[in-house]
Order: sequence, then structure tokens, then C-alpha cells
Amino acid sequence: MTVPERYQPLLDDLARVAVARRAGRIRSLVVAVVMAAALVGLAVLALMLGDRVVAPGDVLTTLFGGGSGGDRFVIFGLRVPRLLLGLMVGAAFGLAGAVFQSLLGNPLASPDIIGITQGASAAAVGSILLLGWSGLAVSFAAFGGAVLVAGLITVLAARHGVVGSRFVLIGIALAFLAQAAINFMLTRSDVRDAQSALVWLVGSLGTVTSEELTSTAVGLVVLAVALAVVSPRLRMLQLGDEAATGLGVRVTPARLVITLIAVGLAAVATAAAGPVVFVAFVSAPIARRLLGGTGPALVVSALVGALVVTGSDLIAQHAVSGLQVPVGIVTGIVGAPVLLILLARSNRSRGTA
Amino acid sequence: MTSHELRADSLSLGYDGRRVVENLDAVIPDGRVTVIVGPNACGKSTLLRAFARLMRPEAGIVTLDGTDVHRYPSKQLATVLGLLPQQPIAPDGITVADLVGRGRFPRQGLFRQWTAEDSEAVAEALRSTDTVDLADRRIDELSGGQRQRVWIAMALAQQTDILLLDEPTTFLDVTHQIEVLDLLHELNRERGTTVVMVLHDLNLAARYADHLVVMSAGKIVAEGAPADVISVDTVGAAFGLEAVIIDDPISHSPMVVPMGRFHHGL
Repeated sequence: MTVPERYQPLLDDLARVAVARRAGRIRSLVVAVVMAAALVGLAVLALMLGDRVVAPGDVLTTLFGGGSGGDRFVIFGLRVPRLLLGLMVGAAFGLAGAVFQSLLGNPLASPDIIGITQGASAAAVGSILLLGWSGLAVSFAAFGGAVLVAGLITVLAARHGVVGSRFVLIGIALAFLAQAAINFMLTRSDVRDAQSALVWLVGSLGTVTSEELTSTAVGLVVLAVALAVVSPRLRMLQLGDEAATGLGVRVTPARLVITLIAVGLAAVATAAAGPVVFVAFVSAPIARRLLGGTGPALVVSALVGALVVTGSDLIAQHAVSGLQVPVGIVTGIVGAPVLLILLARSNRSRGTA
Repeated sequence: MTSHELRADSLSLGYDGRRVVENLDAVIPDGRVTVIVGPNACGKSTLLRAFARLMRPEAGIVTLDGTDVHRYPSKQLATVLGLLPQQPIAPDGITVADLVGRGRFPRQGLFRQWTAEDSEAVAEALRSTDTVDLADRRIDELSGGQRQRVWIAMALAQQTDILLLDEPTTFLDVTHQIEVLDLLHELNRERGTTVVMVLHDLNLAARYADHLVVMSAGKIVAEGAPADVISVDTVGAAFGLEAVIIDDPISHSPMVVPMGRFHHGL
């Protein structure tokens, strides 16, 4: 293409573009590094605290192969699995929320609001209580439930074109439906079974097997890689379906694949730890605030999710001595005010803009 | 600039079985500015959407260089055919440089990320639209006219030979309307970009079009150079409007002065 001379960019223009683009990237990098550092700090803390407190130095020695037998047992046997599960579940929920919110252009469109998580829970609870399943089978059931709800919303919402708000409202209705199914199964089942299902239902990292840990890790890695591949298309879809088409995105298949990945992430996390509420919902808005708000903010959302779950689990285990509560209770208590603050802040900034 | 042929043959378009465009043939003149006009609901935006492969024909076909636009590999098509929709969405807080940079998507792949060529294309698009100074600003801080120039810059960064625009001047005041249309005129004259747009204002359409397409009730009622197309009869047939046609004192293109029921002062 021949470009007239006066359109040829000046060196100064190139510099300005570079500076403008770099500003965003440097900020993302700084935020990501700070979050990662905070995560390492929290992780060390999580490995230190418990009935047997291990000094920070001993934690590191143990991690790198030394340490006493007792330290090795509490760290590798008890605390590392719980920590890893928290990190993975948080990252998966953070990613799932960020993807849904970007894809539908609506901050309410997070999997724990639009019934995806509830669908996974209902299927998981059903498989535990009615079919007596356990372990990996429950994970598959959770995934099936999540896909079923996502499919239902899409079919019901797509009749008049997939509009974000319509999708959300239908999702909320299905969330109630799934919740009703869960409650029905709980009331009909044996008290002891119901008790264990309830602990799972409020979201808990306490009971984790190495088998669950592995399946969660595999699921998370596969889905995260797939997401990395399609994330440029997600950025284009943020401009609306028409502009995305103009930029060469095949909108329908791209939306389908991205939705399936996000559903998968929510399902993997729910299957592993139960529906840890609010994590998917708050992670991306926090990440976007930290970044000044561009793009789907996937990496930082994952880091925020991991921080929220790990931090909440620390509080859940150690805030009140002698009383351990499921992590989902803390994320609920911490998440709701965060949401309110976010809403208040964004209203104020819009008001002064 | 390579030459292209964008055309529609026996094209019928509709929504939910309701026909909007019926058996229409059109060839977009290469390297010219084509403007589609017509009364509300005449199918002009629908036709543009079909050219932009935003909707599938109920019958007939839209082809670019002989290939059905729906069979063309989508990313490859996006290097030839650019689109500015009527209401694109700017994500919250996005900066001008980021938005315009997204116009480079069709030229990027899994392993071909941002290059010096992309930076140059973005800088050039910003310079062409006079938005270099806005590069680090957020879209939501800009005026309507600036915002529209930035969206056009995004389409320019795509470096396509054909650019489709759906009512690019809606929501703009008259100064910014002229500014945007001048920019598109310049693009066409200086780079040979084929411009196809839907406009509401007949007089601006007559001034800026090389090729004017007048639509009514899903059909083309007249097309050609504005001076040949705009007449009392065409305006009456397409818009059901009685009007007087005079000479635009600035551009010497035809100018439509509507009659209306009042104001016939002698």
C-alpha cells in the first residue's frame, strides 16, 4: 500500500505510540509482580501457621529438601496440598469470572451469579447423595452440570441474539432452580450425608486427596493454555460482535469455545473445592481497577483469585483459635464489602468524569 | 493498492423471515466513494451489513474478487475489507493506542505478535486521523468527534483496501460530520481506499459520493453520479418527498431542498 508522504509517521509519533502502549504493559507487569510477591508471602505464612507453628526459615529449609521429620510431615503432608488447592481454585475462579465478564460485557455475568457454579454444585451433590459417587467422578458430574446450565442459558437467551443482560437474567433464574434442586436433595437425604455435602457446598479446601489435586492441576493447565490461545479473540469480542467480525474473528465459534473454556474453569474449581462464593465475581473487577481497566486482565485476575482464596483460607483457619470454618464463608464475608466498595467507587468516578 | 471487486448478486436479505432486501444486484466501484442513502427501513444498513458479512443472505450471494465472503477465511478477508459498525463498543478505560492497536489483529497470529510494522501502522493511522496527541488518552475522556476519528484510525490500522462504514456521522454535530467525511474523502483520494458508507443526510451524501446508491423498500431505485441520480423524481419516488433541487454553492453537487407543507412564503 502506498502511503502519501504527509501520512508517513514521524519518529516522534512512533515514540508516542510506543510510550502509550508501554505505559499499560509496564503497569500490568508491576501489578503482576507485586501480586505474585504477595502470593509468595501468603504462601509462606500458610505453611508456617497451624497447630505446630514452623518458623519461616524452617519452612524454606523444608521446602528445599531439609528440615526435621515433623516439619516435613505437617508441611508436605498437610499444608502444601491445601495451599496448592487454594491457589489453583482461586486462579480458576478468577479466570472464569474474568472471561465471562469480558465476553458478556457485564460485571454481573460471573459464573457464581449466572448459575454455572450452582449447576456444577447441583450435579456434584446429586452424584454424591443419589449415586454415591466420589473423587474424580464427582468432578465430571460437576463439569456436566456446569455445561448443562451454560447450554440452557445460551439456548434460552440466543433466541433474540445473545445480549449480555438477558443472558445474566436467565442465568440468575437458573441459579435459583439449581439451588432448589440442591436443597431438595439435601432435605431428602440422610443427615450425615447431608452434613458432608453441606461442608462441600459452602466451599472447603480441608479435604483434599492427591488424586483430586492432580486432576485439578491437569484441568487448570489445559484450560489455561487453551485460554491463552483464544485470548486475543476475546479482546476483539470486547469491541462488540460486529467490530470483531470486521477484524476477522468468526464470532459464533469463538464465543462457543471461550464460553466452554470458562465453564470448564468454573467447573474444575467447583468440583475441587465447592462453590467458593464471590471469588469469580470480585477477582476481575479488582484486577481491572489495579490495571486502570483495559483488556480482560486474565493473568492479574488469576493472581487476585489465588490471593483471595489463599488469604481467606488463612483467615478461615486461624482467625478464631479453635474454630475452623470453610473458606467459602470468609470469601462471602470479605467479598460482599469489596463489591460494595467497588460499586461506590465506580459511581463516584463516573460522577466526576 | 490492489484492485478488488465487491459485488452482490440476486441478493435477498431478511430478519426472521421478514424480507428487507429483495433480489438486489450491486457492484461497488473500485477506488471510489460509494454512499448508500434511502428512507428509514429501506434496507440500506442491512445491505451494508451483508457486504460486511455480518448477515447471511436468504438468497443470492455477496462476493469479493469472486469468492463468497462467507467462504473467505475470516482473518484473511479482514486484511482486505475493513468495517466500522454503527455502534462499536469501547471497553471501559481502554486507551486510544490500545484500541487502534487492535486493528492489527488480522495481521497477527499465534506466534506472530506485535512487531515494528504494527507500531508503524498504528502511528500512521493516528497521524492520518490527527489523533497522535490522544494516543495515551482514555476513549471515555474524548469528545464524540474525537472518538469517531479514533474508531476510524482503528479501521485504518487494519490497512484494508476497502472500508465499510455504517452511518459514521450519526450522533455527531455538523462540524464533526464534515470533519469525518473530509477525512474519508482524503483517504480515498490520497490512498485509493474504496469507501462504502451509509449516510442519512442526502446533501452530504450528494457532496461526498462519487457513486450514489438510492434505495427504497429493499430495492435500488437509482444509482450513479450524484448529479445524474438526484432529481425531483428520484427523491419523490424514494422518499415520498416533494423537493426542489438546487446547486450546492460550495461543491456544485445537487442539493435537495424539501418543500414541506408550510414555509412557501412568496
